Amino acid sequence: MRLVVNEKIFETSNAETIMALLNELRIEPGQVAVEVNLSIIKKAEYSTFRLNDGDKVEIVNFVGGG
Amino acid sequence: MNMMDDKLVIRGIEFQSRLLVGTGKYKDFAETKKAIEASGAHVVTVAVRRVNIIDRKSENLLDYIDPKKYKILPNTAGCYTVEDALRYSRLAREAGISDLIKLEVIGDEKTLFPDTWGLLKATEILAKEGFIVLPYTNDDPVMAKRLEDAGAAAVMPLGAPIGSGLGIRNPYNLKIILETVNLPLIVDAGVGTASDAAIAMELGCDAVLINTGIAGAKDPIAMAEAMKHAVIAGRLAYMAGRIPKKLYATASSPIEGML
Repeated sequence: MRLVVNEKIFETSNAETIMALLNELRIEPGQVAVEVNLSIIKKAEYSTFRLNDGDKVEIVNFVGGG
Repeated sequence: MNMMDDKLVIRGIEFQSRLLVGTGKYKDFAETKKAIEASGAHVVTVAVRRVNIIDRKSENLLDYIDPKKYKILPNTAGCYTVEDALRYSRLAREAGISDLIKLEVIGDEKTLFPDTWGLLKATEILAKEGFIVLPYTNDDPVMAKRLEDAGAAAVMPLGAPIGSGLGIRNPYNLKIILETVNLPLIVDAGVGTASDAAIAMELGCDAVLINTGIAGAKDPIAMAEAMKHAVIAGRLAYMAGRIPKKLYATASSPIEGML
C-alpha cells in the first residue's frame, strides 16, 4: 500500500492500521499525534483505524521550542 | 514572608516556579536538560513538528524531559493563521497529556509580533474546546482584556520581540495590563538577562517565560541559574514593596548626636 507520510511517499509492507504503520516506522505511539487526511486520530483508535491506499498521514511529536 | 505559599496558579494548576523555560536553540538535549534543571522551572515549552521518518535513530526531546516531573507546554510557534494554530493545538493535545497550550498566531515574519485578531479568534475557539489557553500577545491592555473575555487562562504579553533580548520595553503597559485583567500575567519574550527578568517580576508580573535569553547565552546553564535567582529576587522585591522614588537625598544616618 502506498501512503504519503509526512509528505513523503511511503510503501508499507503490510501496515493496515496506524499502529502497524507506527511499528513499521519504529515510532513509539505514546509520544506522537497522528492525522489522516487532516483528521486527528485518537490514540485509542490506532489499532483499529484502517489505512487506505493514497492516505495522507502526518505524524508529529514534540521538539525543542520556545 | 513565606515564599513557599506564594505559588503561580493557572486554572487551579499550581506551579512550583515562576520561571517558565523554552527548549529551543540548545546545542543538544543534554544541555537542554541541564539548563532546565539549573533554572528550577516547572513548566517547559515545546514545539510540535513532523517526526523524522527517514532517520529513526534521532533522539526524542521527551527522553530528556520527564513529563512526570515537568509540565509540558506545547506552543503553536510558526503558525500564521487561525486554522494552523487550531490544527497544531489539537495535535499537541493528542500528542501530550494535558490541555495546556501556548497559543501563538504570528502576524509578521520580521518582528514575530502576534496577529492579535487571529489570536483572539483562536483563543475563543480553543477555550470552548476545553483547552487551557495561554496566548502570546502584544503589550496591549485592551487586547489582554478581550483575551480574558474570550476564555484565556493567562495572558502572555511580550516584553520585546521574540529572541531580541531587548528587555521590558514598555513596563507601563504591563502595569496597566496587571490592573486590567484578573488573570496571571506571564511576560513572554524579550528577556535578555537577569535584570530584565527581575524588572518584570518587580512590576508585579506573575511569571516570566524565557528561551533565547538562556539558550543563547555563552553559558546557558549559568544563565539559567541567574534567571532563577532574578525571578525569585524580583518577586520578593515586589511582595516586599519598594520605596517610593524621590529626586533628593534622605540621610540614612541620624543627625542627632553629631559633634
